[in-house]
Amino acid sequence: MEDQSPKHGKLWHWLDERIGLGDIEYLAKKKEVPVHSHTFWYYFGGMTLFLFMIQVSTGILLLLYYRPSAGEAYESIQFLMTEVQFGWLVRSIHAWSANLMVFAMFIHLFSALLEKAYRAPRELTWLSGGVLLCLTLAFGFTGYLLPWNELAFFATRVGTEIPGVVPIIGSFMRRLLRGGDDVTGATLTRFYGIHVAVLPAIVTIVLGLHLFLVQKHGMSSPPGEEQEGKAKRVMPFFPNFFLRDLVGWLCALGVLAALAAYFPAELGKKADPFQPAPIGIKPEWYFMAMFQTLKLLPSYILGIEGELLGVLAFGVVGVMLILVPFLDRRTASGQPSLLPAAFGITLILYMVLLTYLGYTMSPTK
Amino acid sequence: MAKDQALPPNDITRRNFLNWFLGTTAGAFAVSVLYPISRYLIPPQGEESSARTVTLAIKPQDIKPNSGQIVRFGSQPAILIDTPAGELKAFSATCTHLGCIVQYRPDLSEIWCACHNGHFNLNGKNVAGPPPKPLEEYTVNVRSDQIIVSKRG
Repeated sequence: MEDQSPKHGKLWHWLDERIGLGDIEYLAKKKEVPVHSHTFWYYFGGMTLFLFMIQVSTGILLLLYYRPSAGEAYESIQFLMTEVQFGWLVRSIHAWSANLMVFAMFIHLFSALLEKAYRAPRELTWLSGGVLLCLTLAFGFTGYLLPWNELAFFATRVGTEIPGVVPIIGSFMRRLLRGGDDVTGATLTRFYGIHVAVLPAIVTIVLGLHLFLVQKHGMSSPPGEEQEGKAKRVMPFFPNFFLRDLVGWLCALGVLAALAAYFPAELGKKADPFQPAPIGIKPEWYFMAMFQTLKLLPSYILGIEGELLGVLAFGVVGVMLILVPFLDRRTASGQPSLLPAAFGITLILYMVLLTYLGYTMSPTK
Repeated sequence: MAKDQALPPNDITRRNFLNWFLGTTAGAFAVSVLYPISRYLIPPQGEESSARTVTLAIKPQDIKPNSGQIVRFGSQPAILIDTPAGELKAFSATCTHLGCIVQYRPDLSEIWCACHNGHFNLNGKNVAGPPPKPLEEYTVNVRSDQIIVSKRG
């Protein structure tokens, strides 16, 4: 705070007295990142954050042309894609960045799981990450409807029907989500409000907590690296790790630009509530494993409706994943435990297999 | 303060009373804010799809043999099928699995849902895939050049 060294100018001191730049500088200097054979995986959290910032900026740009009503949504995006200069680019970046963000987030999640980064005192970091995952998937689901095209319409019909199969509260939840009994313009305005206002507000708070906790506890080293007698290597966060982070962001931006330019987001046909679901209908890739599971489940399993069992199983697996820090008692008491790794790898294999089947199985068989 | 603590804990002191009062007021305030918001979020009850009988906009002579099409049954979609046997049949077009809109597959002579590969036969019965229940069948009557679809029972 009382740093009067000549390396800082007058403006720096003026600001320091008012907002405490010295504290920030001290924090940045103090922060260190562990260096070991798994350091690579640390980059995916920051990459998710970077892609989220792209989502916020392109999302704001899209707001300037988008009109959230059943009569105008599709046409406003058609206008954006064909008439507005670089409109296609902004929308394509938004769509692709969403996909890459979910991808980066899954890598971040599974690397944290497999390296047991959820160990004490980082349980709440893990928990807030779990909430952020749910919020991101909610972003994806609500955003998918906004173009009001055929795919979006049926994906939302199915997606909002899923809580509907839960006994007792199901039909109420479905009505609440849809803003009525069917997917209509009321659903569109509801999803729009959730997508552009409710979720960003909640994410800002939870993301703030998540980042604060990461700063407070520092990055977690895998248990193998924390064994006694092993020399601890670290690098300063600023500028060493931060600059490496930036290289990662630049790579992500390169991939994003290439995808958006070569594979611009499509618009498809306008939603029509009186047309059959199109052949080959599918959700976003990150819902594909669940979609394919529901497709393969028979109508009844042991007298219970197949889809109810499937939906309950998704719920149980999701809750188990989020509660891993509290379920994994062996790791919590410092013993080696293979269970979380087995759980994580099984989950990855299951998702990869079902996603593969979802894209390769004939849609009409 | 010291005088308050000297009293037996169960006695109503001014502080206890004020704490209780403040807590109740805060609770009442929260309810008075949250109740309207939660009611606001529940959508108003829309018009019930009370249609029991609908006269379709299409004419019998316009229907191609061995084909199906989605028609409006009130606010809900229904599917009208001209079966290979030349019979007109109608069903609710909302799949009993997860609510997609079904279509007629002339190659299979079956009703099919593209979302999760559910199959129904021409009596509406779920015959393959995940759907747990049959499609509701409607009665179809043809009077001169009008097609009338009505709910059963």
